[in-house]
Amino acid sequence: MLPELGHFALILALLLAGLQAFFGIAGAHLRRDRWLAAVAPAVAGQFVMVATAIACLVSAFVSHDFSVRYVAENSNSALPLFYRVTALWGAHEGSLLLWIFLLACWTLAVAIGAARLPVRFGARVLGVLGVVSFGFLLFTLATSNPFLRLIPAAPDGRDLNPILQDPALAIHPPILYTGYVGFAVAFAFACAAMLEGRLDQAWARWTRPWTTSAWAFLTVGIALGSWWAYYELGWGGFWFWDPVENASFMPWLVGTALVHSLAVTDKRGLFKSWTLLLAILAFSLSLLGTFLVRSGVLVSVHSFAADPTRGIFILAFLIIMIGGSLALYAWRAPLLRSSAGFELGARESFLLFNNILLVIAAAIVFGGTMAPLIADALGLPTLSVGLPYFNPTFLMPILPLLALLPVGLHANWKRGRLGQQQRAILATLAISLVLALAVSFGVFAQGRILTLVGLTLGPWIILSSLVDPIDRWRRKLTLSRSVMGMTIAHIGVGLFVIGITVVQSFTQEHDVALGRGELASVGGYEFRFEGVRSMEGPNYDGVRGSVVVTRRAVPLGTLYPEKRRYWVQGAVTTEAAIQMNRGTNLLIALGDDLGAGRWSVRIQVRPLISLVWLAALIMAIGGAVAGSDRRYRAAARSATEEMTPASAAAQERAG
Amino acid sequence: MTPRRRRLTLVLGILAGVAIAGGLTLRALRANVMFFFDPSQVVAGEAPLDQRFRLGGMVEKGSVHRAPGSLEVDFVVTDFRHELPVRYTGVLPDLFREGQGVVAHGRIGTNGVFVADEVLAKHDEKYMPPEVARALKKEAASAAGGTRTGS
Repeated sequence: MLPELGHFALILALLLAGLQAFFGIAGAHLRRDRWLAAVAPAVAGQFVMVATAIACLVSAFVSHDFSVRYVAENSNSALPLFYRVTALWGAHEGSLLLWIFLLACWTLAVAIGAARLPVRFGARVLGVLGVVSFGFLLFTLATSNPFLRLIPAAPDGRDLNPILQDPALAIHPPILYTGYVGFAVAFAFACAAMLEGRLDQAWARWTRPWTTSAWAFLTVGIALGSWWAYYELGWGGFWFWDPVENASFMPWLVGTALVHSLAVTDKRGLFKSWTLLLAILAFSLSLLGTFLVRSGVLVSVHSFAADPTRGIFILAFLIIMIGGSLALYAWRAPLLRSSAGFELGARESFLLFNNILLVIAAAIVFGGTMAPLIADALGLPTLSVGLPYFNPTFLMPILPLLALLPVGLHANWKRGRLGQQQRAILATLAISLVLALAVSFGVFAQGRILTLVGLTLGPWIILSSLVDPIDRWRRKLTLSRSVMGMTIAHIGVGLFVIGITVVQSFTQEHDVALGRGELASVGGYEFRFEGVRSMEGPNYDGVRGSVVVTRRAVPLGTLYPEKRRYWVQGAVTTEAAIQMNRGTNLLIALGDDLGAGRWSVRIQVRPLISLVWLAALIMAIGGAVAGSDRRYRAAARSATEEMTPASAAAQERAG
Repeated sequence: MTPRRRRLTLVLGILAGVAIAGGLTLRALRANVMFFFDPSQVVAGEAPLDQRFRLGGMVEKGSVHRAPGSLEVDFVVTDFRHELPVRYTGVLPDLFREGQGVVAHGRIGTNGVFVADEVLAKHDEKYMPPEVARALKKEAASAAGGTRTGS
């Protein structure tokens, strides 16, 4: 019964989303107050319905209802409870449902916050969110319904993909999706502003906290995915530039540009149409990412042919959403003129460079991700794009971006003279350069150009981020949350640069064949293989090796890499063993039984790898702090009073 | 700067940026793309001799050999029309199995043996070449048990 209830709840949610879209957009356009009053209840109702649907599917997973096709395909009676719940988003249908649920959560939050916005503007925002939700619900119900029954019921399920049976990956999709979906809010604000034909600094203040929080979630989501890839895929890589990762990275790059462009729109009333375009772009890339990853389109365009309804629906939805918003943009953006000017060396220029470079970086990733698909569609030879393309190409916009950051931090709004700030810039640069040389030659006894560049840029960014806050603190000035957040996020960027530079420059990795008692020496550590032993888990069996690690005759402990075989799918997974020693990660993965009592073993010594994820987390914390600035809430409240008559006047002019 | 000049700079800047990005991307793509060949194409001499490429197909049943205790492994990749011997030194992926799809990165040696520096098995492979996918499907259909589609 419950699956049918869930299915029914989804249908009701679809109707409510339709009402929300219609009353929000048409009500604001035709100025029907009673229609506008119906928007918030529709949002609340939709939230309840989607939550009911999610609850029904979770209960089907928990109670092993293998008569539900999706459960039978992604769960098993031996699967532990925690993974039965997270199996919900283990495949395409459930991921879509999760997406819809998170959109409903964001929409509810916006509806609560919209009480402080001008009524018609708030209704338009919710209306646009309703359109998005409607599209997703329709897609789910028409092509990817998770509640379909399997008749007769399966005796047992096919189990969740073993590599997804992991705590980090269990929480990775919800956080990543929260970020993706959050850009829908920025998108809705942009569309509402275009429908209204009016965009001012107050608009930027309303939009900023939503965008920054979405960005923070996306940052954490990507970092979690990378961390998972590092220890669960078993081979010690942490970023592969594979399409699935790129799909989340492209919206992040554009979202980062959007966060910065919004700052200019907020402070100076500039970059208005550019900000709108970025908001559209960020959400379009999120949509693309969602569909590309889970629908299997990325595997090959041929999968469009395998399931034409899904493919055609996706294409139609993308065209309507992206094309529609771009058409709206082409029609309305000319109304939104910026009047102020700025000089070349002003902060605005640096933020403009930031935006351009980030968009170029996103374009580079896009090109590499889409090239194989495009080649395939055009009937060209099958090709693949990997590290050799992405690594050097991506650095081309990113290095100038990082080098401009410390300078831009010291630039003033509007005026182009750096003045006495020049001293601070040069002093921090000199200190960083000395640090880079000391670390590179002192600690690692080698120095390549790129290593030195990275090790200089990292500290330089951190030090220059601190100059202004320290100065304010000395003069006993208060530090606003947004400045604090920005500083924290930029320190995160600096730490990230240091981490990635050290990892990329000084990682040591060897595949070796080891028998019991044999030694391997990698990166100054000694690894002694003590053989393997068989073992058994709740739904798998396998072997566990043990490796004793020493450094300069000091024992550091024993590592236990595993090779598991999950019973239901018969899939073999490698569980690498990882130990951290003074900031350096030692990773050991068990390969194959080579015969003659020997095993192939991958040994990897990665210094400062944890700093990369930690830095991403710090960036996200910075975003969260900045997004919680009281200014945004206060502004929304005071702006309500002054905005309502003004926007009414604008409405008259436009309509 | 006047608003008009500022806007002009902005537009020109963006255009220049996009043009540079596009140019560099295409250049880098041309230089760094790896093409895919199946054993039949390699046997027919279509694959480059001086460049790395991707070889894809099935690991022939009973073809995986290694000297006991050594990291070096030999196997044969087939597309059911032609076979190609492959040599690889290192750790094989979890999903590498006889009778399963495989993609190897490397170059062809003078003795006609493909020397791989990287081996990817089915699940690791996000861009499953359609030729291999079709071959795999046929194999799966003949082997009674249905295979799962990708995660």
